[in-house]
Amino acid sequence: MNENSKISLRNVSKSFGHKHVLDGLSLDIAEGESLVVIGGSGTGKSVMLKCILGLLEPDGGEIYIDGQQVVGLTGRKRETALKKTGMLFQYAALFDSLPVWENVAFGLMQAHGMARKEAKDIAIDKLALVGLDADMANRNPSSLSMGMQKRVGLARAIATNPEIIFFDEPTTGLDPIMGDVIDNLIRDCTRQLGATTLTISHDMESAQKIADRIALIYKGSVVWVGPADDIDHCGNAYVEQFVQGNIEGPIELDILKP
Amino acid sequence: MEWNFLAAIGRVTLRFMAAVGHLSLFTVETVKHIALPPFYFRIFLRQLMSIGYYSLPVVGMTALFTGMVLALQIYVGSSRFNAESAVATIVVIGLTRELAPVLSGLMIAGRVGAAIAAEIGTMRVTEQIDALVTLSTNPYKYLVAPRVLAGMITLPILVLIADIIGVSGGYLVATESLGFNPSSYIKNTFDFLETRDVVSGLIKSSVFGFIVTLMGCYHGFNSTGGAQGVGRATTNAVVSSFILILISDYFLTVLLLD
Repeated sequence: MNENSKISLRNVSKSFGHKHVLDGLSLDIAEGESLVVIGGSGTGKSVMLKCILGLLEPDGGEIYIDGQQVVGLTGRKRETALKKTGMLFQYAALFDSLPVWENVAFGLMQAHGMARKEAKDIAIDKLALVGLDADMANRNPSSLSMGMQKRVGLARAIATNPEIIFFDEPTTGLDPIMGDVIDNLIRDCTRQLGATTLTISHDMESAQKIADRIALIYKGSVVWVGPADDIDHCGNAYVEQFVQGNIEGPIELDILKP
Repeated sequence: MEWNFLAAIGRVTLRFMAAVGHLSLFTVETVKHIALPPFYFRIFLRQLMSIGYYSLPVVGMTALFTGMVLALQIYVGSSRFNAESAVATIVVIGLTRELAPVLSGLMIAGRVGAAIAAEIGTMRVTEQIDALVTLSTNPYKYLVAPRVLAGMITLPILVLIADIIGVSGGYLVATESLGFNPSSYIKNTFDFLETRDVVSGLIKSSVFGFIVTLMGCYHGFNSTGGAQGVGRATTNAVVSSFILILISDYFLTVLLLD
């Protein structure tokens, strides 16, 4: 494990039945760094993220956050480890039964034991940070557009000022303009917090905008990792095929060719 | 052919045993989180309203017409051997010991069990349960424990109200259409009614409340496969609640007979 790493994955493997989704995946993310993991559908990006968050248990390997092994943590220890993280889900995953402000303030009230009044004030501040005014606070999440839901999700992810923030396909399902808005918000908010971020995406434009470094996953392991600026001329056949969107190349597609 | 038949029996048996084991672990985890702090009181109160207060019309209507029909049917039977005076006693004992708890349990399974399974199932497939975990909140404690406890507390209260409404229904029919004397009907109702008749019904209903809410939570929690999965979870929650209520009713009756 690299001593400067905020998050470190070592030979992580995970299978579902006979399908090996993660196959000895290793990756280091330095403190304050923004790493974007790219790769095609079904290559293991989401499973990797779920293993880090403890939503799935890896079959093998080690995952460290701030030098602490998090694989196998349960109960209070897991909850404590997660207190330093925030997460923006692909489709925001806002709680339908709660108004917008309670969604944003959820972590503050439940995990940090903050009083409702104080948490609501912070939630409104965070909503302002993502460009939503206080009138939104009492609305139901289901009445918002997907772009707004993502912004509320981002406000929720940063509400507790976490040291680490995970983004799962932040621009999926958004039009290019709203995608750009979300990218800018992610970049600005995380820089303001000084947070370490791990994003999974297959949107190259978004990846280059928010990443310090980019890693490409293929068949459950990292086939290339390097600075975001190098991705267009890295000389890696996998990266070139993925970036250019070519059918021909080392990346095999799970589709029948005509 | 013979081999296939044996293999099929083996597969079904294994699947059944796995489901029993899974449900047992879920039950243990639920009971643990009911007993251990923290406790989400606000959510518990909301569930009391949702399971208890909003079920009153359904349970009330069921009890009213059951009491009315019971009085009519028992009158028909008892008049064959000149035992019409037993109508009031049989109505009250039949309702308090058996019909009010079982029919209320079944009605609540249809109304509340299905709603719980649909709500938690939707939360599962839209990653809201994963979001809870990332916000350092245990989903058993936040979603399951308050619902199950509210079910165990509210169903006996509903059944007590159903007892009163059901007996009133019987009284109405007996006095208005069957020509019973009102004061002697009331006297016959209470003369032979014992505390344990009511208490045994309340104990049964608490168990049924536990079964209904647990099944709703269990099937919702483990739903997979999008909208179809949520639909399946809802159906399974209702059907398994019905079956478990009827099976446990027999064993509880044996247990509480004396």
